Amino acid sequence: MKVHEYQAKEIFKKYGIPTPKEKMCQNIDEVIIAAAKEIGIPCVIKAQVMVGGRGKAGGIKVAKNENELKDYAEKILGMEIKGIPVKKVLVSEAVSIASEAYLGIINDRTTKKTVMMACKEGGVEIEEIAKQRPEAIYKVYADPLVGLMSHKAREIGLFLYKEPKRAFECASITEKLYKLFIELDSSLAEINPLVVDTSGKLIALDAKLNFDDNGLYRHPDVESMRDRESEDENELLAREQDLSYVKLSGNIGCVVNGAGLAMATMDLVKHFGGEPANFLDIGGSSSPEKVKNALEILLKDKNVKVIFFNIFGGITRCDDVANGILQAKKDLNIKQPIIARLTGTNEDKAMEILKEAGLIFTQTMDQGAKKAIELLK
Amino acid sequence: MSIFINNNTKLLVQGITGRDGSFHTRQMLNYGTKVVAGVTPGKGGMEVEGVPVFNSAADAVKQTAANTSVLFVPARFASSAIYEAIDAGIKLIVCISEGLPTIELVKITAYLKNKDCRLVGPNSPGIVSSGEAKVGILPGHIFKEGKVGVISRSGTLTYEIVDHITKVGLGQSTCIGIGGDPIIGTKFIDCLELFAQDNDTEAVVIVGEIGGRDEQDTAEYVKKYFKKPVFGFIAGKTAPPDKRMGHAGAIISGTSGTAAEKVKVFKECGIKVGDTPAEVAQLMKNELA
Repeated sequence: MKVHEYQAKEIFKKYGIPTPKEKMCQNIDEVIIAAAKEIGIPCVIKAQVMVGGRGKAGGIKVAKNENELKDYAEKILGMEIKGIPVKKVLVSEAVSIASEAYLGIINDRTTKKTVMMACKEGGVEIEEIAKQRPEAIYKVYADPLVGLMSHKAREIGLFLYKEPKRAFECASITEKLYKLFIELDSSLAEINPLVVDTSGKLIALDAKLNFDDNGLYRHPDVESMRDRESEDENELLAREQDLSYVKLSGNIGCVVNGAGLAMATMDLVKHFGGEPANFLDIGGSSSPEKVKNALEILLKDKNVKVIFFNIFGGITRCDDVANGILQAKKDLNIKQPIIARLTGTNEDKAMEILKEAGLIFTQTMDQGAKKAIELLK
Repeated sequence: MSIFINNNTKLLVQGITGRDGSFHTRQMLNYGTKVVAGVTPGKGGMEVEGVPVFNSAADAVKQTAANTSVLFVPARFASSAIYEAIDAGIKLIVCISEGLPTIELVKITAYLKNKDCRLVGPNSPGIVSSGEAKVGILPGHIFKEGKVGVISRSGTLTYEIVDHITKVGLGQSTCIGIGGDPIIGTKFIDCLELFAQDNDTEAVVIVGEIGGRDEQDTAEYVKKYFKKPVFGFIAGKTAPPDKRMGHAGAIISGTSGTAAEKVKVFKECGIKVGDTPAEVAQLMKNELA
């Protein structure tokens, strides 16, 4: 789960990480009042959307006077960035920057440890740097059972800054960021850029926090920060019903049990020349109800012209899936043709249940995908 | 022969009294697995499918000499069940449970260091050594004794590929579902090290997917050290970036971890890649049958 910059900075403040003077605003009047009473002019107006490249898209502007403030606030609050409408902005104190750096934390899949990463360049795309100039990134690992030792945090500080005072200030920020990362089950904690202002103070100018979905159950306060409007409605709905759905742009709707097979099914549709409309994993022990819910979500996408069920029964019982299809056909008035490849546990029962249902059955997933494409011609 | 599990496996089922635990205990017994004990704290003294249930893993190991455990425990209790199994002296822990926070795996990995114990999973469908034993939820009937080792990050996609391998007339020595999470106990390379020494395994198929760089590291390893033929399949060629595709670990971050990148490295390192599951089996048939 992702949160907005302003939310990440609220969390930073709780952990004592220095941030600029800021206020989140949802309309132009709020922006004007915030600038006049709390932040001052000049100030920075930053679009709050959870996609990269806000600056390039014109979503971050420095307002030097009241006219600019109004003008930029109006423009940014009305704009879309990568298709996402901007509904909130952060009005932030204009910091005069002396230097910029990068500081981030993730759980590294390869070493299976929590790693702090520092880079002397700020505002960078760390994955790009990692690919092109890995030597520019300094890494320090936390001991999984002891935590981040103070001397390791100082290593980061001393890598980024020559002056001891600044280095140790940075070490303290690193320790706070690590504490936050561990305590809140974060999956990415980034200060990018971490700046030194002209008075010599360290400030987290931008903040990015992602959270491990598997850890959210123990952090209701983090879960409550979820911005439902910025997420795809159907993906949210799917998650609430214990389904996993991602919309794509094609017209062949895919319903599959298991994430790997669901990806392989989309790939197969594409391989034979079709376009998959979605990723949809109905999970392990699927009840008929869940299958019906899955179809309901799938059919909200008006591009779907044909539906392809690819089920390899293990824990999932084919007869449960069959009953779900039958129920959905009755309740949802499905007009699109349904191709069903149902194999494994109770496949015979499934065939019996569906023999009058007007489905097209195939033996293999190859045949199913080809049939779906053929029907669209 | 086989790796990880065989006729001598004595299995402990953690969470045996739950719905999934009891159902799959029956399935594993039907396959011929020696399920010797179950654990559910507070339900010691019961029996499930004729298998005695104990209050603790330590008790179960003392009474039955169980050497392997499988977990059907809800995610929030799974890490403590893993620690319990490690402390009880279990040598191989297969975690079927899904949804463990990643940081738990960071800690478990550290706790396992220098201990004579291996974790497979979490979020694993389990392991099958054809004709010998089945630990987990993989459907037994699709397996056939044979010479192909299978290692996969997926569940049902593994069944699909195993089924194709069986249908082209080849069978499997051991099939391992290593799990779809970002941090897992046993990786592709750990399995390859064992398959290298297993005389009954003549070839290996690696079923990977988007996210991370385990497949790339594995391909480099294959090129340098692994002498048997290796085949591969990568799922997620049509997956969009920055979207989690079901598995917690199946996510392309920015431009890293794409299927195209993985297929490319596989091919460069001499792994024969099929575009579809059926094609993988066909490639194997052409070379091995």
